[in-house]
Amino acid sequence: MTASPTTLKDVSTVSGITVRLAGDSGDGMQLLGTQLTNTSALAGNDVATFPDFPAEIRAPRGTRAGVSGFQVRFASEEIFTPGDHLDALVVMNPAAMVTNLGDLRKGGILIANEDGFNEKEFKLAKVESNPLDASVIEEVYRVIKVPMTTLTRDAVAAHGLSQKIADRCKNFFAMGLVYWLFGRSLDPTLRFIQDKFGKKPDIAAANEAALRAGWAYGETTEAFGESYQVEAAELEKGTYRNMMGNQALAWGLVAASKLSSKDMFYGTYPITPASDILHELTRFKNFGVRTFQAEDEIAAVCATIGAAFGGTMAVTASSGPGIALKAEAMGLGMMLELPMIVINVQRGGPSTGLPTKTEQSDLLQCMFGRNGESPLPILAPRSPGDCFDIAVEAWRIATECMCPVVILSDGYIANGSEPWKIPDVAKLPKIEVKHPEGSDPDEPFMPYARDENLARPWAIPGTPGLMHRLGGLEKEDGTGNVSYDPANHQHMTDTRAAKVNRIAERIPDQDVYGETSGDVLLISWGGTYGACHTAVRNCRKAGHSVSHAHLRYINPMPKNLGELMKGFNKVIVPELNTGQLRMLLRAKYLVDCIGVNKIQGKPFAVSELVEAIQEHVSTAKGGKSESDVRSKAG
Amino acid sequence: MNLPVLKAADFASDQDVRWCPGCGDYSILAQMKKVLPELGVPREKTVFISGIGCSSRFPYYMNTYGMHSIHGRAPTFATGLKSTRPDLMVWVITGDGDALSIGGNHFIHCLRRNLDINIVLFNNRIYGLTKGQYSPTSTEGQVTKSTPMGSIDHPLHPLSVALAAEATFVARSIDAHVKHLGETLKRAAEHKGTSLVEVYQNCNVFNDGAMAYAQERKQRAENVVELEHGKPLIFGTNNDKAVRLVGNHLEVVNVADVPADDLLIHDEKEMNPSIQMMLARMRYPEMPEPIGVLRAVEGVATYNEQINDQVTLAKQKKGEGDLQALFNSGDTWEVA
Repeated sequence: MTASPTTLKDVSTVSGITVRLAGDSGDGMQLLGTQLTNTSALAGNDVATFPDFPAEIRAPRGTRAGVSGFQVRFASEEIFTPGDHLDALVVMNPAAMVTNLGDLRKGGILIANEDGFNEKEFKLAKVESNPLDASVIEEVYRVIKVPMTTLTRDAVAAHGLSQKIADRCKNFFAMGLVYWLFGRSLDPTLRFIQDKFGKKPDIAAANEAALRAGWAYGETTEAFGESYQVEAAELEKGTYRNMMGNQALAWGLVAASKLSSKDMFYGTYPITPASDILHELTRFKNFGVRTFQAEDEIAAVCATIGAAFGGTMAVTASSGPGIALKAEAMGLGMMLELPMIVINVQRGGPSTGLPTKTEQSDLLQCMFGRNGESPLPILAPRSPGDCFDIAVEAWRIATECMCPVVILSDGYIANGSEPWKIPDVAKLPKIEVKHPEGSDPDEPFMPYARDENLARPWAIPGTPGLMHRLGGLEKEDGTGNVSYDPANHQHMTDTRAAKVNRIAERIPDQDVYGETSGDVLLISWGGTYGACHTAVRNCRKAGHSVSHAHLRYINPMPKNLGELMKGFNKVIVPELNTGQLRMLLRAKYLVDCIGVNKIQGKPFAVSELVEAIQEHVSTAKGGKSESDVRSKAG
Repeated sequence: MNLPVLKAADFASDQDVRWCPGCGDYSILAQMKKVLPELGVPREKTVFISGIGCSSRFPYYMNTYGMHSIHGRAPTFATGLKSTRPDLMVWVITGDGDALSIGGNHFIHCLRRNLDINIVLFNNRIYGLTKGQYSPTSTEGQVTKSTPMGSIDHPLHPLSVALAAEATFVARSIDAHVKHLGETLKRAAEHKGTSLVEVYQNCNVFNDGAMAYAQERKQRAENVVELEHGKPLIFGTNNDKAVRLVGNHLEVVNVADVPADDLLIHDEKEMNPSIQMMLARMRYPEMPEPIGVLRAVEGVATYNEQINDQVTLAKQKKGEGDLQALFNSGDTWEVA
């Protein structure tokens, strides 16, 4: 393997590039995108990604429904989103072009696989004529047509592959071309090809040939006058790696298991977009991780409770529909007061909804979606890398409070990626977990005695003298015996709620980006962090009085949040739902929050939020809004 | 060293037992308390997990660890517990509604995984706790609160279901046949793998006498055949009847009428469950119903063994997991 070549053409330096690769769901666009992301991260850029793929494994070929896309932004400055508008769009067929062109900025580069544009493909994409021939296209964009299929076949001809296999290499050709255009090194991908296809030398050689041919095409053809260079970003000092959200959750769980000297049990049932956590955790058996693929979601969560009863770090994960099935057992876990983690990687709902698209509409489900008074702590990661910290924090809270803790991730975070600063394991704080030892035989054991956190003791089977029985029937305070006493039920209900509320004493106060009072406070949670933060930053640069509070703790909320809200003339709450956090904030703090809501299976664009902020800043100036006055008067 | 010898009373919790007077559950509870001391497993290593129903109050009455869980799911709680704590002896206590209706799915999967636990299925062919609706084992035409014109469901037979799921230990006993019940529970406890014991249990409030043909001592001899490994299936008040295999079905014969070699010899260790399935399908009143151990095969790996073996093997091959090494694996880069 020879090293990556270098260009002799002109190079212009830009601060960041957003590129989307789009093709048929069998074209290998996700692989292409992942490779471009890793390579860019290794070049020292800050990166953010947004994979977008159909729910079907192989949607009908060539159709609009079958288009699979991967967007990546790489930049020389710190970035928080994969970008609103594309600087470059690579399309493998007409369907990919017509469904994605709207996001390409004026003057942006459109690279099209010319071989994918023929009568048959036009029919499949439901277009009447070749969209590349539309004169307006050439006027608005820099269009570069490349016969990728033909060139790939020529490039790999020497390796004697069937045409079908040879054609499959064309994503590597596209990759090579994109790498040339953005000054990326081929080396990481050459290594990847060896790792992945090393056992099939002819395939490895063909993919390498296609990759190099794509690069050479950019270097030699006159279609490209120059390429672009993005300098390394100024990130905090340290060692980095690229990290996806689900991977970070898995790694955070393994870390929490190690930090608490507990083996992990992970009970789950496959569901998009949570399954990758299972796939990742199965690699960690040597860390003492036992994974259980159950017969259904109910079995998964119940086995998790069984493992928790036995004294293991127990985790279950699903997406909204699966969480609906787990609801009864989550209520039991709360009643048994056993520590465990329940992860919900949200997707578009209701019901089966939009499995591969993102949404934040399960917040109220996790807050209230169980029978009876059943409060549970809820944490939400704000980015792929933050999933690591949230997983560790969730386990810390679960063991301190003896209750299930919910983590609300989402599809956008789960599949997105960003550079992750590798922590020094020796400096990560330990999680102290105690199990009571056998007690004095003359003292009856009290399984529902409480400590300062209102947590009961985690006495585990096998310990002499602590035999006790748990169950979903109401417990008598202290003894844990079944009790129908009305006053006891009131007391236990209040205690369980107080236990969760008391967590607010131990979590950090809500931090604010910007001033702690002013015209507008934007409150967000979960995966919209990047778009919200960037929008607020842009508005502040433009001189607007706007601050940003991003919630990672949703139940309970940080104890200074109410005061913080009251320092602003207006509070706006963007969410990828119809206003679920807004409802909670209004109910709890009696502050009239204003929603910015979107339910399209897509994340917020920064521009949408900038617009919303600008609108509210202008009306918030000079005092309280009318609605604020109303709520105070009422 | 003198180990303390436990008695039945040591396994009784301080809670009042609240089953209806005359309920068959009392007998099963009594036999369990009698058998446990004989197994030599300490109380603190013993766990009872139940679902919902009259039978599922069982764990509250045992001075062991216990969990009264949610409807039909007891085998799944046991799966998580036994997979992570193979040192514990885990019993699942369930009823016909709990195990076969709402929990049918989990029942099958627990058996096919061969988790090393013991399932005791109290079968009274009725819903007791919800006051008298028909259950998945109720007979066709049975009139109950929810089937005034008679049940139109075809009943499910737990032993057939278990054998279909390739269960490694399948047995049946009767609440009123206390000696047999105790012995069967003991054998179940000693089996490595999932053991299922179906117990005919009388609900004297909502389905009194439904299985009197098997429960009452006088009728039992004629209607029930006690299985013994390696022995012919002889029954009847005067031990004058037996079961014989003819072609692909079983029939009842008079012992006097056929040569001894013609009688079916019970083989609980046979891996092929075909004949065991025929036994499971012998039903009153056409045939005597078998009690005892239909199937007890050994050498099938258990789920808990395998899930833990994989962890051990992974540690041998890759070494104990090292977080820092994991974090630094693959492509990383320095920012200075």
